[in-house]
Amino acid sequence: MTDLTDLTIAGALEGLERGDFTAVELARAYLDAMAARRDLNAYITEVPDVALEQAAASDTRRKKGTAGPLEGIPLAVKDMFCTRGLRTTAASRILGDFTPPYESTVTQKLLDAGAVFLGKTNQDEFAMGSSNTTSAFGPAVNPWSRETPLTPGGSSGGSAAAVAARLALGATGTDTGGSIRQPAAFTGIVGVKPTYGRCSRWGIVAFASSLDQAGPFARTVEDAALLLQVMSGHDPKDSTSADRPVPDFPADLRECVKGLRVGVPRQYRVDGMPAEIDALWERGAQWLRDAGAHVVEVSLPHTHYALPVYYIINPAEASSNLARYDGMRYGARVEGADLLETYCRTRGQGFGAEVKRRILVGTYVLSSGYYDAYYAKAQKVRRLILNDFAKAFEACDVLLTPTTPGPAFAIGEKEDDPVTMYLNDVFTVTANLAGLPGVSVPAGLSAGGLPLGLQVIGRAWDEATMLRVARALETAAGFTLPRF
Amino acid sequence: MENQIKGQSGPWETVIGMEVHAQVPSAAKLFSGASAAFGAEPNAHVSYIDAGMPGMLPVLNQACVDAAIKTGLGLNAAINRRSVFARKNYFYPDLPQGYQISQFDQPIVGKGAVTIDLPDGTTRRIGITRLHLEQDAGKSLHDQHPTKSYVDLNRCGVALMEIVSEPDMRSAEEAVAYLAKLRMIVRYLGTCDGNMEEGSMRADVNISVRRPGDPLGTRAEVKNVNSVKAVGQAIAYEARRQVEAIEAGGQVVQETRLWDPNKGVTRSMRGKEEAHDYRYFPDPDLLPLELTEARIEAIRAGLPELPDAKKVRFMGMGLSAYDAGVLVAEAERAAYFEAVLVGHGDAKLAANWVLNELLGFLNKDGKDIAQSPVEPGDLASLLGLMADGTISGKIAKDVFEEMYKTGAAPGDIVEAKGLKQVADAGAIGALVDGVLAAHTDKVAEYKAGKDRLFGFFVGQVMKASGGKAAPGAVNALLRERLR
Repeated sequence: MTDLTDLTIAGALEGLERGDFTAVELARAYLDAMAARRDLNAYITEVPDVALEQAAASDTRRKKGTAGPLEGIPLAVKDMFCTRGLRTTAASRILGDFTPPYESTVTQKLLDAGAVFLGKTNQDEFAMGSSNTTSAFGPAVNPWSRETPLTPGGSSGGSAAAVAARLALGATGTDTGGSIRQPAAFTGIVGVKPTYGRCSRWGIVAFASSLDQAGPFARTVEDAALLLQVMSGHDPKDSTSADRPVPDFPADLRECVKGLRVGVPRQYRVDGMPAEIDALWERGAQWLRDAGAHVVEVSLPHTHYALPVYYIINPAEASSNLARYDGMRYGARVEGADLLETYCRTRGQGFGAEVKRRILVGTYVLSSGYYDAYYAKAQKVRRLILNDFAKAFEACDVLLTPTTPGPAFAIGEKEDDPVTMYLNDVFTVTANLAGLPGVSVPAGLSAGGLPLGLQVIGRAWDEATMLRVARALETAAGFTLPRF
Repeated sequence: MENQIKGQSGPWETVIGMEVHAQVPSAAKLFSGASAAFGAEPNAHVSYIDAGMPGMLPVLNQACVDAAIKTGLGLNAAINRRSVFARKNYFYPDLPQGYQISQFDQPIVGKGAVTIDLPDGTTRRIGITRLHLEQDAGKSLHDQHPTKSYVDLNRCGVALMEIVSEPDMRSAEEAVAYLAKLRMIVRYLGTCDGNMEEGSMRADVNISVRRPGDPLGTRAEVKNVNSVKAVGQAIAYEARRQVEAIEAGGQVVQETRLWDPNKGVTRSMRGKEEAHDYRYFPDPDLLPLELTEARIEAIRAGLPELPDAKKVRFMGMGLSAYDAGVLVAEAERAAYFEAVLVGHGDAKLAANWVLNELLGFLNKDGKDIAQSPVEPGDLASLLGLMADGTISGKIAKDVFEEMYKTGAAPGDIVEAKGLKQVADAGAIGALVDGVLAAHTDKVAEYKAGKDRLFGFFVGQVMKASGGKAAPGAVNALLRERLR
């Protein structure tokens, strides 16, 4: 028998259905792999007992003929998702050993579909970061690393590392400015950020509410579609979740891309972009031309303002969302002589440097006297960026861009200046600002032999077309994920 | 201008605006499914949302939105088709989210007005600036432990309507009348129970003074004003304090002050509680609230008759402005009166009996009209017995007292006690003859011209009948016999 961890989700579902192996065997294979690669620090919390128990229950369901669409599939869950009875940290000290008495909507949907949870994955603290280095549990490591440990990207670095290193068959992530797509690109896997409102945010630790969206990591576009299918859907508990029908994403992948119009936004050709990224981008466009699509140049004139706008709105919302971590009701508390000192100590010791930076910036841009100059203006520009996309989508059906300006970098690099780190998000933040779906597909290797991703951005609610184009790129690229 | 304060240097005018927090009596809280009921064990009504647990999201309670629309319509105010919920950020242990969800620059209700009724019978129009929906905070209990404070989150997240007035009031009397009118309107609408003791209606009062005709002075906001009486006292104190401060060469500081009902003074709350920058911004967890015309119109169509309209209608029935005003002051009182009218159509008589007899008894017992032991139908029957001559007005009062004590029907009481009025000429004639025979001296005086003895004879006959003789018949027979 081939190694069970080599299978895709689609392949594993077939094997389970044929009875080639059981969910318990599949879970064990993954638990063994996890134990063998603890050096990657992909998981904050491993839950082998829970996984085996869930796998056994899954085998029973399959025998009874009540198998769900992800029956017996072992997954990793980013530690932003509240999971009932499983410690949830958001990679922050401030949450201590917080163990939610409730299950997030998205993870509940996965459990209801028969999925098995292996553990909670590492990430940047409160998802603030692009390298997984702000985690209170230490950085996750990219399995592509050779001599120097490389970042798997962030914030969902642990989920990406786990899926790439075959420590999970798939994983959940959250994407606020690129936190699924950038790590997917850095680790050579597929990562999807759905349309804002496609997946419920209920039960996910809030970072920047108007930008946050859950999405899947997988090793193939088809697997990502299978996961997205289950994770999507209206949730009355999230007022921003959309009451719209969810298409059949896996089925829609069978359609071809012939006749589709693919937009290439000229403003994404940023200064100092490495030639290999440019070349990859051109190669991607050519693959789609070859598959029968029309490639057109489009303009997104306000792209230049996306990062500044993002780094106003994101910390503003974060500063307010993180106010609840005050040590009063749950999580860590550091007592002081009085209330103010207890607040200061709890938050001073509970939050890391990047989180504090965002809270300070967010508090500043919302404060009276600065609100109009920063927050209000950023919201106006956000509207212009949204209009840019609306206009561009008159001329095309999807957009094609690089996912990141370069391949994975060494852990500890770009740490001196936060702005350098923020530049990682340059191609991804726009989709969050505009609420659009985006997917990163592994499309090739850098000169240094590291994976590079291409991003497809779709129209709002049209993940189906976006995934179809991603599938075409995947096929043409013929990218193979090595065993590490 | 009796509203002016006489300072040492001349007259001053008080300018008052009010922010009233009215709790919506919804079953669930504004953004969570937890019960909004008052008086449960501490922290019995707390959802994960109210406790600010990670990942929890607010979902707007549409019943509270309807209450705000209804109140807005009752205040003759503009209903905004689009409004936005905003976060008001500050740290306090009884505010688990670290922000209060409120409305800031785009409230659900815009400008309106109410007419206040002053004790001298005049009315004034007071502008409403806005009404918005917001969450209440929890309660901090500082007296349960020597060094710790406890937090009760039952109230946390309960829906409040903040109703902001224009600075249109010029005296404590007007402010009291405004608060009373607002309370009356929300109680009519059923959008707040108006209970100031339980805190379901709370007022913050903005007070400033100026020379008549001058621009507005610097205001102080007085909080913790928890009764209508306290509003009057706090304004009187604070206005006087400001006049004295200015006349002593100082100035009024824009600040929040706390009313101390025990000492009867306001004192400054300056310090850290005052230093807030609330950093309002639109709550990204909630979509803007869009209202359809149809929804607003459906609520408008279901509005009850409001006190002003009801008062006019009652006056049209022949009631004095004063009587009509007292009747409409409480929705239940007006409803009682109208229920009496269903059984007995004489509005003036019904109003007299409700206002003088029934309210007299109830006030003495400290009860309100909802607790009346006399059903409106029974009171109507009593008025009917009086009108058709079955009993006299005097007997009716005795019967009413019996009805109030026992809850029995008036017909039964009259029957059981044999209180029916006697109008039979033969029976009354015999009583008249007996009285005249017993008082021959008085009869002689009367005939000699002492007319006012007539009343004496009437009284004697009534007494002899045990009060049951019909006064008309007694009068007629006495006149005939004394002719």
